[in-house]
Amino acid sequence: MNFTLHVWRQDGPEVPGGFETYEARDISEHMSFLEMLDLVNEGLTHDGHEPVAFEHDCREGICGSCGMMINGVPHGPKGMVATCQLHMRSFRDGDEIWIEPWRATAFPVLRDLAVDRGALDRIIDAGGYISVRTGSPQDANALLIRKEDADLAMDAAQCIGCGACVAACPNASAMLFTAAKVSHLGLLPQGQPERYTRVLDMVTQHDREGFGNCTNHGACQEACPKGISVDFIARLNRDLVVSTWKTAGD
Amino acid sequence: MQLDAKIPAGPLQDKWTKHRFDMKLVNPANKRKYDVIIVGTGLAGASAAATMGELGYNVKVFTFHDSARRAHSIAAQGGINAAKNYQGDGDSIFRLFYDTVKGGDFRSREANVYRLAELSLNIIDQAVAQGVPFAREYGGLLANRSFGGAQVSRTFYARGQTGQQLLLGAYQALKRQVAAGTVELHTRHEMLDVVLVDGEARGIVTRDLVSGKVESHAAHAVVLATGGYSNVFFLSTNAKGCNVTATWRAARRGAGFANPCYTQIHPTSIPASGEYQSKLTLMSESLRNDGRIWVPKKAGDGRVAADIPEDERDYYLERFYPSFGNLSPRDISSRRAKEMVDAGHGVGPLRNGVFLDFKHAIDRLGSPVISERYGNLFEMYEKITGEDPYKTPMRIYPAPHYTMGGLWVDYNLMSNVPGMFVLGEANFSDHGANRLGASALMQGLADGYFVAPATISNYLAGVERKPVSRDHAAFADVEREVSERTQRLLDVDGTRTVDEFHIELGRIMWEKCGMERNEAGLKEALKEIPELRARFWKEVRVPGSGETFNQSLEKAGRVADFLEFAEVMCHDALARDESCGAHYRSEHTTEEGEAKRDDENFSHVAVWEYKGEGEAPVLHREPLAFENVKLSTRSYK
Repeated sequence: MNFTLHVWRQDGPEVPGGFETYEARDISEHMSFLEMLDLVNEGLTHDGHEPVAFEHDCREGICGSCGMMINGVPHGPKGMVATCQLHMRSFRDGDEIWIEPWRATAFPVLRDLAVDRGALDRIIDAGGYISVRTGSPQDANALLIRKEDADLAMDAAQCIGCGACVAACPNASAMLFTAAKVSHLGLLPQGQPERYTRVLDMVTQHDREGFGNCTNHGACQEACPKGISVDFIARLNRDLVVSTWKTAGD
Repeated sequence: MQLDAKIPAGPLQDKWTKHRFDMKLVNPANKRKYDVIIVGTGLAGASAAATMGELGYNVKVFTFHDSARRAHSIAAQGGINAAKNYQGDGDSIFRLFYDTVKGGDFRSREANVYRLAELSLNIIDQAVAQGVPFAREYGGLLANRSFGGAQVSRTFYARGQTGQQLLLGAYQALKRQVAAGTVELHTRHEMLDVVLVDGEARGIVTRDLVSGKVESHAAHAVVLATGGYSNVFFLSTNAKGCNVTATWRAARRGAGFANPCYTQIHPTSIPASGEYQSKLTLMSESLRNDGRIWVPKKAGDGRVAADIPEDERDYYLERFYPSFGNLSPRDISSRRAKEMVDAGHGVGPLRNGVFLDFKHAIDRLGSPVISERYGNLFEMYEKITGEDPYKTPMRIYPAPHYTMGGLWVDYNLMSNVPGMFVLGEANFSDHGANRLGASALMQGLADGYFVAPATISNYLAGVERKPVSRDHAAFADVEREVSERTQRLLDVDGTRTVDEFHIELGRIMWEKCGMERNEAGLKEALKEIPELRARFWKEVRVPGSGETFNQSLEKAGRVADFLEFAEVMCHDALARDESCGAHYRSEHTTEEGEAKRDDENFSHVAVWEYKGEGEAPVLHREPLAFENVKLSTRSYK
């Protein structure tokens, strides 16, 4: 297969960027999208150019490192995959492919397709954890958790922190990311003591980082490689309302 | 090189308890006067950093990733072992200990392994308290599954994403400390060397991967939790960034490298689909619980699976090992698969795999149960290959996956360089010559949450409390060396890419120091590697500069280190003139084709001392004593 790629090139956060066009020749349908980019980069290196910078690591859809806009869609056309799990069989021979970094004020471009997603980590810093010291908690089976609750918590906990939800959102909101963590912890008995301060602190940090508000477009759910549901955002909003009442008198 | 394992005296069962009491503590008010550097934020690094931070030490953590949550621990699928005996099926600490020592083919330290089995209980308690959403039964209790190399169900899991959930638990504990100000987290910083002051580890030198700035950091202790070196084979199941740089740089500064030839080949990876393959993807070994492995009896049989009748299929693991069958340990399963493929029984377009078939399990249990257990693994397989495992059997083949070798450490997880601690896959300590499934997560977390915080405190109690100054000449010297080496890589300006060299190195290692080794092949490799290294330094092209975000430069530094380290691996494989566990020398096999140990001559840890570039490393030995288990030939029949 052959493709024409239009790739966003940018030397750094302060420098303007632009599209460069490259030809990708003799590509196997079984290649992953990143392997196709590897091949283009090998060619660029041989020709004395700098290769396209993009983040990647595990290449099996779990580390959350990779991510780019492919023809305007986060992680490309396949759905329910990270970019590393997208294969060229999802394209047609001769396709033109536009490749851009995540676009969001809160994700400054570092170079080419690599952006700084530190803002997501700082949302976790604000309360995305259960405060327990390493030591001797009670026996694990002393705490019974309904299977349904554990399963639902796991659905939310699957988030890989790639940022596709932000890139997909017209408001560049990270509400799906935030809601996934709020729900994972809020659904479990261990997470109850901090449930209502957690949600408030995390949402406050979310807003401070420059992410937009959620206006229920649902684009995040479509883009999420793990299929995390927007229902979790509803759950977050419920907790947030309760939290606002609880803290109103303070 | 002094190798004192410092194993506490007394009965096996009491060693850790007694040692914990004997170790010195640091007064709470004094803890904040000690700085600790931790490199790596996988299970071992993140859990150690979180715990040391909680205790009150000043912790500085470094990772080359953009976030502490991305370390490769995240990709572990199947589960984590613990001797909880929640199933009442006869498990105990001693049984987990015994299984691990036996699985490691009697090449690990009894005392370390026993401690690991003991701590496995605390890990599960800790993880549940943090909110790790382990699988549960309808009654609300934790669920378990069985795993290769064991006859009890002791594996806890979170769907097929156990590593992810445990790592996120540790990451969140770490982030809690970052928010509390006890831990300073440096992302996108790669450690490129370690700094020794008067023979003790007192700091590291890092490169900021965004700005290119090289700088040093000082502390009273340095902890390396930097993972394994499977990427020496280029194609492995490790993430692309996994590398040997931190541990190899430490070895160059005097830390002994133990058992580098013990590399585990995982039996259930998806076979390569072409030359362009950049990495291999693992399918969790837990699939072997319900999947049956087979190949066509007739070599060169080109029919699709559905057209091959039952009596023309060879369920070879069930045939060779009636009692363990498809759950035989990893090394045995891997070698048998290679044997089948080499003999022409391979399946798939490139004839490079064996079938892992769920048809019987689906008939017996129904698709919903199978989907509940392995749904996401099946989806992952379909995404990669375009084939649906509910309908056609998976194709699998062994791939390099985990390295049991690593820096030598004593019982306290300290290397022979005082002040340098090594945790998780980066050390050599617990798995002997072969690691059992679901034991890597266990070891990473045991080291990080429970062992290192206690033993590092004990070490710090004997270290002067005044701050370590970066004014010492050693810091400037190492910084300069790191900068010079970076510049050298950029200055070669040859004609070949870094990956081309890495692929070539990988081929040498896979063919001559892979699943099967022999003297002739290893000697060839020992000639070829230095030649390849020399060519690398003459012909490599690293575009761009050292002052920018430069991924080619990052890769070049790592491959340069692999090119040095690979030689030590081959030396070790050559010197270990026996077969044991994952180290399989074709000269030493039993009549049944199994690894044949030579306990009289090789019941030791092989520790290699670096002697300079181009010089042969020197071998030291730590003898292994077995007082609680009887050395036997592993039998899974």
